[in-house]
Amino acid sequence: MPFSFLLLVLAGLSVIAYRFGVSRARAVAPGRQAVLHSRPMYHGLYVAIWCGIPALLVAVAWVAMQPILVKGLVMGGLPDAYDALPKARLDLIWNDIRNLALGDVVRADPAPEIQAAAETFRRLYTIGNAALTVLCLIAAPLAARYAVRHVSIDLRARNRVEAAITVFLVASSLVAIFTTVGIVLSLLFESLRFFAKVPVLDFLFGLHWSPQTALRADQVGSSGSFGAVPLFSGTLLISLISMLVAVPVGLMSAIYMSEYAHRKFRAVAKPLLEVLAGIPTVVYGFFAALTVAPFIRRAGEAMGLSVASESALAAGLVMGVMIIPFVSSISDDVINAVPQAMRDGAYALGATKSETIRNVVVPAALPGIVGGVLLAVSRAIGETMIVVMAAGLSANLSFNPLDAVTTVTVQIVTLLTGDQEFDSAKTLAAFALGLVLFCVTLGLNVFALHVVRKYREQYE
Amino acid sequence: MSEMTMDTPKGGARTRERVAAGIARRYRSERRFRLFGLVAIVSALAFMALLFVSIVGKGYSAFVQTEIRLPISFDVAVIDPQGLRDPDEMRAANYGKLYRDAIHGLFPGVESRSERRLLNGLVSSGATFEIRDAVFAAPDLIGKTREIWVPASDDVDMLIKGHIDRRLPEHERRMSDKEIAWIDALAADHRIETRLNWRFFSQGDSREPELSGIWGAVVGSFLTMLVTLALSFPLGVATAVYLEEFAPKNRFTDIIEVNINNLAAIPSIVFGLLGLAVFLQFFGLPRSAPVVGGLVLTLMTLPTIIIAARVSLKSVPPSIREAALGLGASKMQMVTNDVLPLAMPGILTGTIIGMGRALGETAPLLMIGMVAFIVDVPGGFSDPATVLPVQIYIWADSAERAFVERTSAAIIVLLSFLIIMNAAAVYLRSKFERRW
Amino acid sequence: METAILRDTMHTLSDTHAPEGEAAPMTAKIEARQTNVHYGDKHALKDVSLDIREGEVTSFIGPSGCGKSTFLRCLNRMNDTIDGCRVSGTVMMDGEDIYDPKIDVVQLRARVGMVFQKPNPFPKSIYDNIAYGPRIHGLAANKDELDEIVLTSLEKAGLLAEVKDRMEAPGTGLSGGQQQRLCIARAIAVSPEVILMDEPCSALDPIATAKIEELIDELRENFTIVIVTHSMQQAARVSQRTAFFHLGELIEVGDTEQIFTNPKHKLTQGYITGRFG
Repeated sequence: MPFSFLLLVLAGLSVIAYRFGVSRARAVAPGRQAVLHSRPMYHGLYVAIWCGIPALLVAVAWVAMQPILVKGLVMGGLPDAYDALPKARLDLIWNDIRNLALGDVVRADPAPEIQAAAETFRRLYTIGNAALTVLCLIAAPLAARYAVRHVSIDLRARNRVEAAITVFLVASSLVAIFTTVGIVLSLLFESLRFFAKVPVLDFLFGLHWSPQTALRADQVGSSGSFGAVPLFSGTLLISLISMLVAVPVGLMSAIYMSEYAHRKFRAVAKPLLEVLAGIPTVVYGFFAALTVAPFIRRAGEAMGLSVASESALAAGLVMGVMIIPFVSSISDDVINAVPQAMRDGAYALGATKSETIRNVVVPAALPGIVGGVLLAVSRAIGETMIVVMAAGLSANLSFNPLDAVTTVTVQIVTLLTGDQEFDSAKTLAAFALGLVLFCVTLGLNVFALHVVRKYREQYE
Repeated sequence: MSEMTMDTPKGGARTRERVAAGIARRYRSERRFRLFGLVAIVSALAFMALLFVSIVGKGYSAFVQTEIRLPISFDVAVIDPQGLRDPDEMRAANYGKLYRDAIHGLFPGVESRSERRLLNGLVSSGATFEIRDAVFAAPDLIGKTREIWVPASDDVDMLIKGHIDRRLPEHERRMSDKEIAWIDALAADHRIETRLNWRFFSQGDSREPELSGIWGAVVGSFLTMLVTLALSFPLGVATAVYLEEFAPKNRFTDIIEVNINNLAAIPSIVFGLLGLAVFLQFFGLPRSAPVVGGLVLTLMTLPTIIIAARVSLKSVPPSIREAALGLGASKMQMVTNDVLPLAMPGILTGTIIGMGRALGETAPLLMIGMVAFIVDVPGGFSDPATVLPVQIYIWADSAERAFVERTSAAIIVLLSFLIIMNAAAVYLRSKFERRW
Repeated sequence: METAILRDTMHTLSDTHAPEGEAAPMTAKIEARQTNVHYGDKHALKDVSLDIREGEVTSFIGPSGCGKSTFLRCLNRMNDTIDGCRVSGTVMMDGEDIYDPKIDVVQLRARVGMVFQKPNPFPKSIYDNIAYGPRIHGLAANKDELDEIVLTSLEKAGLLAEVKDRMEAPGTGLSGGQQQRLCIARAIAVSPEVILMDEPCSALDPIATAKIEELIDELRENFTIVIVTHSMQQAARVSQRTAFFHLGELIEVGDTEQIFTNPKHKLTQGYITGRFG
């Protein structure tokens, strides 16, 4: 039975259990429900929770652990000769077995022991799924029956149901923590494995990036080189270009919108500007690669410049446009937080509107604006699709916006898409880059949020 | 004004004079500043207009497809030589020969092998399957001859749509003069037409542009969004309710709060790395599956929903809570019966916005293998699938000119979905917005 | 009742228009006639006609919401910055209608300075706060002149001794009373002809208040001053003339001494004796 179907069956069983609980509660106190400690609905929920939740937990745990157990059993069942193989090789074999068993890719004449293993794999999965289904279908009604028996006048069903819900609420809010922990652990763990192969300093300060690792040790350039400085410089260059677009345009838009624009103009222009923020990045990427980059190239050639077809300028420009609404909405918030008294002070001295804005409002809002810009920078650094589609792949250490450069995110995508073995330095390098990306953006965010909060407190 | 200065103190007169002297310059700079602001807004909007015009301009033509009408004779000798009407035998028959014979019949003068191959190339290889399907849909066709519309190849399609320039010298163009002459002959015979491209909406991906469609990606997106919604909505609301209504104000809840704010700002690709390392490598969930995509997008969307839900819960006035508690409701009853229903419109708006972002998200899904070339429409949560934005990415990477218009058309479809979702959010907000 | 008020108002107005009865002839710096202010649908100021005499301190008193601040803000067109605010009637300054479209509001405000209820120094240094007005208006030809203006203004505002060692410290770091004197110094650095003060002491402690009042008295030599206050004692202490507002109307205006000792109108009487307010 497919897992999603099993979940539906469990949900159905819980609904039935609810009906049972309600009628049972009505039965123990016929005609005088007021004597019940809790209303029948809560007895119903109590039974339903007993019916559904334990079975659900078992099912989820089973599905999560099954692949790990099956892998252990299948690999353990292989002939002893396989035990001596290196881990990377074993992983490839495991992939073959899985593909064979799931009928994905048919490889020409697999070895008989592999075929046998695939057979075991398939058998274990069939048994496992059947066992899970049976277990759930027996456990759920049993637990419901246990709960129904408890229904009585004195059962504090409401309190128990509420306690269960509270557990659910707390557990939900832990998901956010687990996500962060998961991110940190997975990045850290894989990065440490990478740094076991490539020294940290070579990675952080090396000037040459060519992550091609050869299949055989005796091939030329087999080692690959993992100096990430060209990626960092490329990321910085593109982010810088995007900020040069986004900050002036976003800030001036916010100023015009909040200080000058007619109410009707604002009512139209503001939501339109927000639309820019809602366009998926893949659309920007397509536009950058297909329209903006060739345009810049032609324009550059017309001026006698040599422009790479995947110039940093094109990617940065489009990324800047993507970030405009972000900068403008933060600036708008921050500018509106500047107290009117400050403006009045300037107006009363005879300052014009622009003098008030330039000399009083913007300096007063500066900490907030800086915080907002830092958040925008962290966006630009982490933005992926635009650069994947419009920036280059080759790691040039260049600060010329007309050259093609590559970025951290582009390399992560390049290293991890397509067929790969999980253990190679190449794939692990992606995690090391991810770790750098995570640390930098996290640092920027924490700092920027702190600055913005301090700024808000100043005027509250 | 100057005749008045005599009564005023000396400083005042000086001020008037100086201010009057500088005023023109200051107003010029005022106007300049104002103009900068207007230029900033207009240029941002102009860029957006350019983007939309360019994409719609490139993409609208993908909604039609050039087709060729061929007199197909459903030859029994080809389809069912033994006359057993065995479906398996019939499925394996050489339907390609039928359309090739038909087009050769139209141009009897073409005899050399290479020219014949060129002629065959005008018709999409997908014609084979469409003729087969026609036979299976109406078996009584066998033995008869019918005029059937079959898809033309992508090059023919591009020529008819004007994307291949006939004025270019022959060696610079993707089509030879001979092919163009054939096409013109077919057109003169009313055998070429652009017709509604139903394949685009009903097929999965294909290597042949003229046969590729977005249905597979749409279904993949739908399944992924279903998982995301089913997980992120209850989890997000529960977290918001806990933090807003139940949580004690202590270090622990502070950490959760800071954590959520930071999660909201982490680059999406990092969530992809998490998905790859945890869901695929550790738990061994299937690659390219909507269920994994949904899990990753859930983690990414959760902060958005939590933050929106908290704002919405906060805006429910304390008087409602006090009234409920005063009537003897438990705290949980107060939340579920009174506070949550009032906060729901805001929560739903936030959820729709979060789902809209998830629908347009690409980068983390590349990490978990949803970028694979998948022809079949996914049938379940663990089938290999791709989603609309990833399909756009895949097509944008393809070399064929015909994929440019498909990419743009897919973007039009994606943007339409997003516009509908955002319109729903705006509608919800305006309909249920309450000022306390 | 209303006609009575009107008659009284006209009476006091005719007083000001007949200077021959007074010892020293006084010129009116500002003459407001039939001034009305609407905030959206709210009629905030009703037909106010009043003269502000040159070289005197005029105080506006009345219960809160009576329109005294609204009227004050008409005198330098600060109401222009409020959305949905309409002003009608005429306000003449030196014989020119300041609501005339030809009048430039920037030039007007350079002539009519203002000090607000809450001290609002800019988030800049003390020096830059004072130098702000002279800089934007181009009043100083060079750095020395600017230094001169800043020092004189601080001196006049009685703040120089307290801040001369820390001119580069942020203005927001001063105490409340110092901040308010900084704002006064900032206003006089432009050398305006009139200074409007909107309850300048309401956010200050008694000692700081006393200093400001002293300052107002000194500034009278060079500037025409209009002050809105909710404290009758303050009006009595600092002003030569007092106007009493109630519910958007000007009830009575006259010499301060006369208003406080011998008010002509029942409402004024009620207010200064503390029966309402």
